[in-house]
Amino acid sequence: MSEKKLAIIATKGTLDWAYPPLILASTAAALGYQTQIFFTFYGLQILKKDLDLKVTPIGNPGMPMPGDMPFPVILQTLPGVQAMVTSMMKKKMKNKGVADLADLRDLCIEAEVKMIACQMTVDLFDIKPSDLLDECEFGGAATFFEFAGQSDINLFI
Amino acid sequence: MADFDQELDASGLNCPLPILRAKKSLGTLTGGQVLHIIATDPGSVKDFEAFCKQTGNELMESKEEGGKFYFLIKKV
Repeated sequence: MSEKKLAIIATKGTLDWAYPPLILASTAAALGYQTQIFFTFYGLQILKKDLDLKVTPIGNPGMPMPGDMPFPVILQTLPGVQAMVTSMMKKKMKNKGVADLADLRDLCIEAEVKMIACQMTVDLFDIKPSDLLDECEFGGAATFFEFAGQSDINLFI
Repeated sequence: MADFDQELDASGLNCPLPILRAKKSLGTLTGGQVLHIIATDPGSVKDFEAFCKQTGNELMESKEEGGKFYFLIKKV
């Protein structure tokens, strides 16, 4: 059985949306896939050594609130709401045995998931390469296609 | 319950951790040895079936007892 390949583009930098690329990449690696994630725009936040992602209910009417309580948008914009919702989400994840994001990222690295930071957006946002994981490499769209072109599965997240 | 060579307690862990831990444990076994896994994630039932189908390891047993899930996987 020849090795299957999975290519993922991770574009989002919120706590919730950081999970799908890392869950899928780590699981694929466990199943024997050779896996690569290309982090671009806000997805670069997932590569920060100091991982401190947030989640906000703003613009996300699908986010369940405790006891289905109504949470009017105007209140969601108040200072401190983002920090509160983020801490609630982290607590809930811990209670439910959901992996800590940094641990999940470590598992990906351990499983030799290749992490590529989009050079263009690193430059665009003046991100210091030293702020990103030592394991990550830098590349552009052509670098992504080199691997994606031979992949069995390509996901844009 | 059949004999096993190693036990992994993945109780309280959620997707994809039981699979990732099982993969790691299987890595320490040699071909033909058996891993016993205990999990509480109901999704792990289908996931271990799929994991074994794709990795070639043999799912010898999968059962639920008292709200927990038990699996026996023989390393290929």
